[in-house]
Amino acid sequence: MPAEDVVTRARRDLHQVPRTPGAPKPDALLVADGVRRSFGGVNAVDVEHLEVQRHVITALIGPNGAGKTTFFNLMTGFDKPDTGTWVFDGTPLAGVPASRVAKSGMVRTFQLTKALARMTVLENMRLGAREQPGENLFTALVKPLWAPREREVTEKAMALLERFKLDTKKDDFAGSLSGGQRKLLEMARALMSDPALVMLDEPMAGVNPALTQSLLGHITDLRDSGTTVLFVEHDMHMVRHISDWVVVMAQGQVVAEGPPGEVMADQAVIDAYLGAHHDTDLGDDALLTEGGTIDAEAEAEADAEETKA
Amino acid sequence: MDFGQLFTNVLNEMTGPTAIAYALAAIGLNIHFGLTGLINMGQAGFMLLGAYGFAVSTIAGAPLWLAFLVAVGAAVLFALLLGIPTLKLRGDYLAIVTIAAAEIVRMVGRSTALTELTGGAEGLTGNSFKSTFQDASPFPDDRWALGPITLATNASNSWWLRIVGWVLVALACLLVWRLVRSPWGRVLRGIREDEDAVRALGKNVYSYKLQALVLGGVFGALGGVVFVLASSVQADSLGRPVTFNTWTILLLGGAATVLGPVLGSLLFWAALVFVRGFLRGAVPTEVLSVQQVEQIGWVLVGLTLVLLIVFRPQGILGDKKELAINAR
Repeated sequence: MPAEDVVTRARRDLHQVPRTPGAPKPDALLVADGVRRSFGGVNAVDVEHLEVQRHVITALIGPNGAGKTTFFNLMTGFDKPDTGTWVFDGTPLAGVPASRVAKSGMVRTFQLTKALARMTVLENMRLGAREQPGENLFTALVKPLWAPREREVTEKAMALLERFKLDTKKDDFAGSLSGGQRKLLEMARALMSDPALVMLDEPMAGVNPALTQSLLGHITDLRDSGTTVLFVEHDMHMVRHISDWVVVMAQGQVVAEGPPGEVMADQAVIDAYLGAHHDTDLGDDALLTEGGTIDAEAEAEADAEETKA
Repeated sequence: MDFGQLFTNVLNEMTGPTAIAYALAAIGLNIHFGLTGLINMGQAGFMLLGAYGFAVSTIAGAPLWLAFLVAVGAAVLFALLLGIPTLKLRGDYLAIVTIAAAEIVRMVGRSTALTELTGGAEGLTGNSFKSTFQDASPFPDDRWALGPITLATNASNSWWLRIVGWVLVALACLLVWRLVRSPWGRVLRGIREDEDAVRALGKNVYSYKLQALVLGGVFGALGGVVFVLASSVQADSLGRPVTFNTWTILLLGGAATVLGPVLGSLLFWAALVFVRGFLRGAVPTEVLSVQQVEQIGWVLVGLTLVLLIVFRPQGILGDKKELAINAR
C-alpha cells in the first residue's frame, strides 16, 4: 500500500476513537501504562494509559509544568520512572538506556536545541546515521572498511540538508547557525536514522516566523512519508494546523484527547490551559487599539462587576 | 655566556627522553580532553603504572615484549577501574577521581610495605630493569655525534632510546590522525560537545568514553616507560606536577589537534632549558642561586599557562574558530 493511503487510513481510523483520556487506538505505535514519576512530593508525570497512533501527527499540549517534557524524557530513557511500563512497536522499553531506545527507532529532539556547536553541519548529520562500521574503534583504523558506508551516509545527509535548505551551510560550524536553523539541523539529524517515531520537544520555540511555515511543511512531510510524529508545542496555531490528534496534559495527567478542533473547544481544556483568548493572536494590532475585542470584553466584565456592587 | 652550549643544551633536551615521554602522555591526554572532553587530572598515575608495570615485570624476568605488554595492561586495568564507576557521572567528577587515583598509585608505590616489589620511596634503580631494552639495540656500544649532540648509543639517555621513543610518538600521531578522521572520532567529538545529544542519536556514550579513557591511558603508560628508561622508577618523580606539565603542554600545542601535543612538548622543554640556562649565564650566582634559577623556571611555566589560557586558548596549532564558537 502506498504511504499516502496508509496515512489517510491511519487518520481516518482516528475518527472512531472515543474522545476520552487513554482511549485505545486502532494501530498504536507507543503504548504507555501507569507511568509515574515524582520529584520530591510532586507527581510530575502520572499517566494511567496513553496510546499514540501510528502514521499520524500527535500533539502533546498542556500548561507549563504539566509534565510533557518529563514524559518525553521517560519514554526516551533520559529519565527513569518510579513505576510504569511502555511498549514501542511491540518492544517493551522500560528501563532501557537512552541510546538503545534511539536505536530501536524512537528518536527525540530537545527543547533547548542540542546542535553540536563545534562540529560542522555535515558532521552533525553524519553522526545521526545508524549502523556505521567506522564507529567501532578497530574498524575505524582501516578506512576501506568504512569508506563505502561513509559515502552512503554523506549522500543521505546531503539530500536531507537540501530538503531542509541547509546544504549551503554544510561546512559551517553548527554553532554559527541561527536558532531556527539549529532546530532544523536537529530535526534533520534525527531523521538520519530513519526513525519510526520522531519526538519533537517544542520545535517552534524561538523560531523566526518566516521559518515557521517551512518547519510545519517539514513535519507534515514527515508524516506523509510514513514517520509517526509526537510533538510538544505551545503554539496553538501550529497545533491546530498540523496535528491529527491532540493529547492534553495537566499536572502530570492526561486530561483530554481528541482531534484538535474538538479538544480545543472542550471547556475543561480551555479552563485548564488555553484560556478564552487562545484563538486570538496577541500579535494582532487590532487587539491593541482602543475598543478591540479584549478591551470590550474587559470593559463589559468591569461594568458587570460594578453593577453587582 | 656560551650561546653555542646553551643552544646545544636546548636541542638536546627538546629531542630527549623527557620530551618524548611528555609528548606521549600529552597525546593520550589529548584523546581524553581534546577529543572526548574528559578531564583527566591523573595522567601521571597512568605513566607511573606503566613505569612500574615495565620495571617490575622486567625484574621478575619477563622479556622485553612482555614487559611492554604488562605496562599497557596495567594502564588498561587502571582506566577501567577509574572509568566504570565514574564515567556515568558528569564532567568534573572524573577530574576529582583521577587526581585522587593518581595520588593513590604514587602513595602505594612508595609505601614501605611494597619495598620488595617497588623499592618503596627509594624506587627501582635504572640498572635493575634497563638491560633487556638496551640489549635489544642493534647498535654497537659507542658514542655517536649528530650535529652538536654527542650521545652514547645504548646507555640511559641514548640514541637507541630516542629512536624508539620518536618512533612511538610518530606511530601514536598516525593512530590519532586516523582515528580523528574516522566515524569513531566523530562520535567522541560529539560527546565532547553534548553527550545527551549523542545518546539521543543512539550511541552508547558510556562505552565510547571508556574506550577513550583506556586508549589515552595506554599512551600515558608508554610515556611512563620511556620516562623511566632514561632514569629510574621513583614514585615521586611522576607525581602531580607531571600531570600539570602535561596539561600545559597539551594546551600550549593545541588540544584537539594531531601534532599539538608533540609541538607543545618540544617547545615546553626547549623554553624551560633555555630560561634556566640563560638565567644561569646572565645572572650572577650571588643574586640568584642555581636552586632559585630552577624554581624561577617553573614559575615562568605557570605564568605561561595563565597567559596562554587568557590570550590564546586554542593553543599554537588549535583552530580559533573551533574554540571561539561556544554556544553553551
